[in-house]
Amino acid sequence: MTIQFNDETFRDDYSFRNSDRAIRRFPFPFHEDSYMYSVNMEQHRGGPKDSIYEKRFDVDEHYLSEMRDRAQVLADDPLRCQSLPHMTLAGWDLLELIMVSKSEDYPDLFELHRDGDTWRWINKPMGIDDTFTFLDEATLPYGPMEYITRQAQGDFAVLDQRDDNLWMDAGMITTQADWSLDFDIGMNFFEWHAPVPLAHEKGIFVRALKFLLNIQQGAPARRLNWTMTVNPLLDTSPENYHKWGIQKTTLTPENIGAKQHLRVELQTFFRLPRSNALVFPIRCYLCSFQDLMTAPKWGRRLHRVIRDLPDELATYKGFIDNKPLMLEYLSKFDDGLPTSPGIWPEFETEPPLAK
Amino acid sequence: MSGAEKIAVKVTDIVPLNELVTRFKFERVDGGLLPTFSGGAHTVVELRDGAITRLNPYSLMSDPMDQRAYTISVRRDDAGRGGSLFMHNNVRLGDELTISYPVNLFSLDLRAKKHLFIAGGIGITPFLAQIKQLELFNGNWELHYSCRSPDLGSYVDELTGRHPNEAHIYYDDQKQAIDLVRLLDGQPLGTHVYVCGPKGMIDWVRATAAAEGWPREAIHYEEFLAPKPGKPFEVKLAVSNKVIHVGEDESLLEAMEREGVDAPYLCRGGACGQCETDVIDYAGKFIHRDHWLDEAEHSSGKKIMPCVSRFEGKTLVLDR
Ligand SMILES: Cc1cc2nc3c(=O)[nH]c(=O)nc-3n(C[C@H](O)[C@H](O)[C@H](O)COP(=O)(O)OP(=O)(O)OC[C@H]3O[C@@H](n4cnc5c(N)ncnc54)[C@H](O)[C@@H]3O)c2cc1C
Ligand code: HEM
Ligand code: FES
Repeated sequence: MTIQFNDETFRDDYSFRNSDRAIRRFPFPFHEDSYMYSVNMEQHRGGPKDSIYEKRFDVDEHYLSEMRDRAQVLADDPLRCQSLPHMTLAGWDLLELIMVSKSEDYPDLFELHRDGDTWRWINKPMGIDDTFTFLDEATLPYGPMEYITRQAQGDFAVLDQRDDNLWMDAGMITTQADWSLDFDIGMNFFEWHAPVPLAHEKGIFVRALKFLLNIQQGAPARRLNWTMTVNPLLDTSPENYHKWGIQKTTLTPENIGAKQHLRVELQTFFRLPRSNALVFPIRCYLCSFQDLMTAPKWGRRLHRVIRDLPDELATYKGFIDNKPLMLEYLSKFDDGLPTSPGIWPEFETEPPLAK
Repeated sequence: MSGAEKIAVKVTDIVPLNELVTRFKFERVDGGLLPTFSGGAHTVVELRDGAITRLNPYSLMSDPMDQRAYTISVRRDDAGRGGSLFMHNNVRLGDELTISYPVNLFSLDLRAKKHLFIAGGIGITPFLAQIKQLELFNGNWELHYSCRSPDLGSYVDELTGRHPNEAHIYYDDQKQAIDLVRLLDGQPLGTHVYVCGPKGMIDWVRATAAAEGWPREAIHYEEFLAPKPGKPFEVKLAVSNKVIHVGEDESLLEAMEREGVDAPYLCRGGACGQCETDVIDYAGKFIHRDHWLDEAEHSSGKKIMPCVSRFEGKTLVLDR
């Protein structure tokens, strides 16, 4: 299908909007009426037609605006993109993975022509047509990781694998849920996860790491993670907390439906062939509460999940203060009827709100 | 499905190198490109030997950037159960085989200022690919390769011809031996050591490096571990609700596969951790042979790696 790209902002006037299609395919992260951390990983091998799982790298209506927002973040703070010297080969691996995937999955938008080491890359939506020499950095305007991730939605952490651990040695991080690449660079899997509550005690990180170390070429995996964001802000970084943290206090019963967004990350994991590194794309999807409430199943479920969520998680995710306001709003969409299993909205079969 | 992704290939070249080692070249059946890989990776080759399917891992020795073909070199093991003999005696030009996607459990540490390779015998294979990878980026490396005799020195001529300054060869029959302490002593800061060869050689390099004060993370090794035979034993598989018999010549993993149990695996050599299985109950003694579990786990009686480890005793119940 041809995508109509939005012209919108994720800052200042917040003109970001989701179309009906974007709402229908929103990755609602709760497959049941409660939530707890778990090793929730599955293979990333396609999914229902037009869902965000279908392609290796989902491209949607927000593509161009998200890339504009990224360029602005980088102009203000170049340290959001870093790559330690030994990670250049992994950067080329990533460039190849994204170019090959996008040109195969969206042939009307992207083209890749390879003649030996001479590659021509055409990105029609962004108006890019570049010819370069594969593995020769001097032929690109940026390093390979930065070049390609300025053209791909979502953050990218590139992990070196050694000594039975993963090391955050490169990344392009501009749409993060309150963590910092500049702080985490060079850390290992346990070090960068240190702030997360409850999960360490449950042994989740030990098992998750074993799973990740074994991710093989040709067999990528994925999981969903979520948090809450007031206003459709992509860049909720610690560096800029002084700008966005304060916005959390602007919620009222009247504006919460439009301002409060569920922020969902589609996290995928790919083994990179030449470097044996692992890439962790973190794709952020935002949806306002009022748009979510158009699916009766999501309305019922979100209320129950937030109501029963342990306080440690609400505190870590930064919305404990707004939880009463959220529950007051969400309770109006919960009539107590049962919900069907799975994350999909089931518009056709789920009963309408009986309230 | 267990194991890595599969690729259908056909054999497009067979080159006997010496009395023991033969090289095989694989290209895709569909004519397409093979995945690139990183030096040190292996592939698992499926060998249909009559009614038995053998799954043997072999290191990829070709240029990792060459996507047209993979090559492996197989040492004939007359004492083995027949996988390498089957490769030598039954595999013919044009035969179709299934191999796995590349899996790397022996990758280069790309931060290293210098890579010091120590190979024994057929353990040379992963280094051939690593050297090609490093040459592309002008990497700094040095190889010390011991073989039994000039006749059995696979790839010695190629290595010394192309890399006269980097490749150093030692022949057992001429009483040449690597002077390891001196070799380690002369390395610049930031050197990483990689060893692949017989178990004795790996143990010697690791112990010597540790005694010389080298950090553990700077020493990398790969053993071409194969499931060793042992006394037959019975296992109860709680999830599948089956009691199976593990024969003298087969591994526990192979016995599960024979009985149609889809058990996870990747390396089949005790290194990757993928086959790790919980023990529910046991009375007897474990024969652990893997490099994955640590000593505490080995003595806990709670875990076993079925690709290489065995059991002797009355009862063994596994969570599989
Ligand atoms: C990661 C990895 C990479 C490898 N790369 C290479 C490579 O590049 N080249 C290569 O040649 N090999 C390689 N190997 C080894 C290879 O996978 C096989 O183990 C080897 O080819 C022997 O296979 P086989 O089927 O003939 O013997 P196996 O049945 O695997 O037996 C191997 C050994 O086990 C013992 N054994 C098994 N059964 C018996 C029995 N009934 N009685 C007595 N002893 C027994 C013997 O000591 C024998 O020598 C690699 C292994 C691993 C794990
Ligand atoms: C290598 C890939 C991964 C990277 C780079 C990564 C990175 C991160 C980072 C940077 C954070 C924020 C920590 C902070 O507060 O500073 C985080 C949080 C978290 N991670 Fe990961 N992670 C990875 C894989 C996983 C996996 C496989 C799991 C599986 C269970 C996991 C579970 C979590 C959880 C539960 C949180 C808390 C999130 C929340 O409640 O919002 N991570 N991760
Ligand atoms: S299959 Fe790799 S450790 Fe057993």
